[in-house]
Order: sequence, then structure tokens, then C-alpha cells
Amino acid sequence: MLIGIAFWVLAVVAVAAGVAVFVVDSMARATYALALSFIAVGVQILLLGQSYLGVITILMMVMEMAVMAVYMVMFMGMNPALMPMDMTHGKKTAIGASAGVFVLLAAGALLIPWPERRGVPPEDVTAALGLEIMGEKMLVMAVIGPVMVATIVAGVVLAAHRSRYDRFGDDLRRRPADDPQAGGVGR
Amino acid sequence: MTLQTVLVVAAALFAVGLYGALSQQVVVMVMMGLELMINGVLLAAAGFWWFLAPDPSGQVLLLVVLAAMTVEMAMGFAVATLVHRRRRTDMTDMAEDLAR
Amino acid sequence: MPEAVVMTVPGYWAVLAAVLLGGLAVFAAALDAGLSDRAQGLGGGWGAPLAGTARLLRQRRRTTVAADAVLWRVGNAGMLMGALLMVAVVPLGWWALADLDVGVVWFNAVDVMVWALVWLAGWGANSTHSLVGGYRFLAHGLAYELPLMFALVAPAIAAGSLSVGDVVAAQEGLWFVVWMPVAFVVFLVGVTGFSVWGPSAPALGADIAGGVLSELSGVDRLVFLAGRYAFLAAGAAFSVPLFLGGGAGPVLPGWAWSLVKTAAVLGVLVWLRRKLPALRPDRFMEIGWVVMLPAALLQDLVVALIVVGKA
Repeated sequence: MLIGIAFWVLAVVAVAAGVAVFVVDSMARATYALALSFIAVGVQILLLGQSYLGVITILMMVMEMAVMAVYMVMFMGMNPALMPMDMTHGKKTAIGASAGVFVLLAAGALLIPWPERRGVPPEDVTAALGLEIMGEKMLVMAVIGPVMVATIVAGVVLAAHRSRYDRFGDDLRRRPADDPQAGGVGR
Repeated sequence: MTLQTVLVVAAALFAVGLYGALSQQVVVMVMMGLELMINGVLLAAAGFWWFLAPDPSGQVLLLVVLAAMTVEMAMGFAVATLVHRRRRTDMTDMAEDLAR
Repeated sequence: MPEAVVMTVPGYWAVLAAVLLGGLAVFAAALDAGLSDRAQGLGGGWGAPLAGTARLLRQRRRTTVAADAVLWRVGNAGMLMGALLMVAVVPLGWWALADLDVGVVWFNAVDVMVWALVWLAGWGANSTHSLVGGYRFLAHGLAYELPLMFALVAPAIAAGSLSVGDVVAAQEGLWFVVWMPVAFVVFLVGVTGFSVWGPSAPALGADIAGGVLSELSGVDRLVFLAGRYAFLAAGAAFSVPLFLGGGAGPVLPGWAWSLVKTAAVLGVLVWLRRKLPALRPDRFMEIGWVVMLPAALLQDLVVALIVVGKA
């Protein structure tokens, strides 16, 4: 009962905050509305018996939104908080498409005869997850690892505006490197 | 709290995110729409796990979704930074030629 | 896995936890004020927090033009809430409000909340200096958070569990601080980081007119400062079950040892504020990624090897 109430409150918070992301004028409010939506979903995942994944969702998303807010402020050419304006295109199509998708998915969720529950949750869900990714599903993690490294490398390559030639000179011989900021370990 | 209700909430989150991803002009706002869609997927996956097959292997799917989300964010920020530096813009409409 | 030694107590004990956290925060503030006065050659000063509280309570609240009041208040008040959420998983002796099976990750999630809170407190005022403070904090966060995460990993590996109770149980005989000193130091740097304290306080620096604090006045300022001390106390409290054996100790009961150890760590952190230089965010970034992160990873490797070797 209590869990049911909590679930519905969180559901309302999650969806309302999600809508708020595209309604509010302020960049900071939009970003942190999304963070709130993620926190609500994270707590719902906790209610669904997956403590590790719920907490990790909250952890990751709050961090990500803190960074996201910086990017919002940095890249938004104009500040809608100071000058309200509509920065959208094809709004009607988008509303139509998303309403259609919602009806389709919700109808599917309600009409499909879902099978009975198979099995029971393991006693220690977190430990079971750990054993799983270090055992049977090792391949998944072994793939995700390199993908993450590739993401880091590609992200830095795309975003960095100075190459090694800017740092070490045309013949790559300049030492110490010419960096705009000195750094903290004695350079 | 049943599987149906969880999935309806997840569908609502997904639909709101889809609206954002389709309608917003600013790259970062488009990314927020995508994030919201993944948020819905995450909730749906958690619901499926709990109500249909609560065995350990199902949780791995959620980890993969989370990983996909981080990759999306990192690459999105990197590309947004690059586009902004080259063109001084953050609007998707001004980068349309990249799709050709 | 060792037997659980931590017992969960009913929810109404949260009041006692809040009182204790408040007491530790006041202790830290009084100690800091006392040390300040002594450094200037004055006596006393221990009562300064009380006087300061009275003054801030009477002070009229100042607002700025076009301040985002909602986000500002969330950022201010959130600090105190966050510290309370943090101590929820910290056992006092052998009792804990909640012994989650993912207690260590819970602590981590709460300390990440500070990223949002401090930035919001900086953003909400709609003032340059306070926003610069908010950005400085995020820059610090990028540097200390990852090493902190890997420092938290070390005790979890050694205990084979993410539950704080299991971590305490695993330290029977030998405290983790003995064989993971690097993780302990990195953890303490992280604590100063998320409580914007001492060397990690440039976000509130005098060079930017107080940074995040610059526009805060009256009750708002009081709540933010209290939250900051509370976070410092909560971080010190969490180091006890994680590295210092929890409530283990001779003669005194477990709860007393927990408090004594917490007060000792807290005292050291307060004392160090005057001994260490401020870490500039641009400099600290490199220290965090080039020194602290590899050191924490090496510590994790050593711990993992020892655990595998013993098994």
C-alpha cells in the first residue's frame, strides 16, 4: 500500500519534471528538472528491488546534470531566461508523433497478456549482479569496457582544440609543453 | 504498482523525451530529450526485471542501458563543443549539412 | 562473508542522529573559531558560533535582482538535508539507522548531490561572484570525485561487500587504515572537497568576495554554513566505519568510540584548515588526475591482491 502510494507520487514527479524540462524558461531549471526526473526514477528502481542500480542511477545522473547545466549556459547563444522565446521547430509534428508513440506503447503495456513471474529475486541482488557480470555475462562487460575507453578518447579528440603540435611545437621537441594553464604538478 | 502501471509511466517518460528530441533546436536540449527517452527505457527494464524474470542476468541489461546513456552524453557534448567552435552555433538547423 | 555486527534501529532514532550531527557540527565550528582567535593571539573565541548564529538569525535577508529564489533555496537548504541523508548509513557503535546493502554507494550518491547543491546556491543569486564560486566548485569536483570513488572502493573490496556493516565487521583485528593509508588520505581530501572546507574552499574564497557565500545573508547564510559543517562532520563520521574500525575499542562502549573517533578526525580536518594552502581549481585538476587517481587505483590493486592472496 505504502509502496503503491510512493510509486504513484514518484511517477507524477518524474513525468511532471520531464515535461517541465521543455516548458520552463531558465536553463538551470530545465537541467535540474531533468535531474529531478532521474532521481524519481532512481527511487522507483529502488522500489522495484534493485538497490544498486537505483542508487547508481541517482549518482550518475545528478553528476551528469551538474555538468549538463554548465554546457547549457555555455552553448545557449541567447538566454531564454532573460528573453523568453520559442526555440523549437516542427512543434506540431513532434507533439503528434510523441502522443502517437505514447498511445501505442501504453496500449501495448495494458493489452498484451504479460506472462507470469518466473523465479524469485536472489537474496542479495547486488552480489548476484556482481557475480553475473564477472561470470556468465563477462562478455558484456568486456565489450562495454573498450567502448567506454573509445568514448573517452573520441570525446577528447573531438572536443580538444589544441593538438600535440600546439603543445610541443612543429617538430614535437619543445619541452616543457606550451600549455595555457600550468597545471599542478610542478610544470 | 503493477507491471502495467510501471510500463505506462515509462511510456509517458519516453513520449515526453521524444517530443523534446524532435522539437528542440538547441543541441543540448535535444540531448536532454534523448536522456528522458532512455530514462523511460530504464524504468521499463527495471519493471520487466521485477515483475517477469527477477534473475540476476536481467539486471545486466540495466547496466548496459546506463552505459549507453553515458556514451551518448559524452559524444553529444564532444560534438556540440566541436560544432560550437567551428560555427559559433548550437542549433541543429544550422548543422543540417552534416546529415548529407 | 563475516557475520553482521550492525543492528538497524527504528526510524525515530533519526532525531538522535540529527542532534548528534548538529552537535558535531557545532563542535567543529567552535573549534575553528577558537583556533582562529588563538592564531591572532586572542583568547577565547569558542562561543563565536553561538554569537554568529544569533546575529544571522536577527539579520534581515538580502535578495538580489532577478534571483532564482527556488533554486537558490534548494541549494542552501539541500546541504543540511544531504548531510542528514549521509549519516543515515553511518553506524554509531553497533546501531545504524539503515544498513543498506549498498551503503557505500549511497554515501557516494549523496556526496555527488553536493555538486548540484553548491552550483545551485551559486547560480540562484544571479550574481557574478557567486556564480564564479559555483563553477570553481564544479572544477574541484571533477578533480576530487573520481579519486574519492576509487578510495571508497578499497574498503569495499576488502570487506567483499558494499554494506557499511560488513565493512565494519571485516575490520575485526586490523583496521583498514593500517593497510590502506593512501585510500584514507584520498578519502579525507574528498571529504574536504564535498564540504568545501580548508584547502578545497576556493569556491568560497575571499578573492571572489566569498564566492557562493557572497550574496547569502541572514537565515540563508546560517543554513548554508551549518550544512557545510554538517557535511564535514558526516564525512568524518563515515571515515570511522570505513577505515577506523567503527565502534571497536577497549573499555568504552561502541557508540562512545564512534563519537570519539569521529571527533578526532573532525578535529584534525578543522585544524588542517590553517596549515594547508588553498588548492587552486586549475592546479588541483592536475593533482587530482595525475597524482591522486593513480595512487587510489594502485591502492585498490594492492588491496585486491591481498584479498585474493588471503582467500
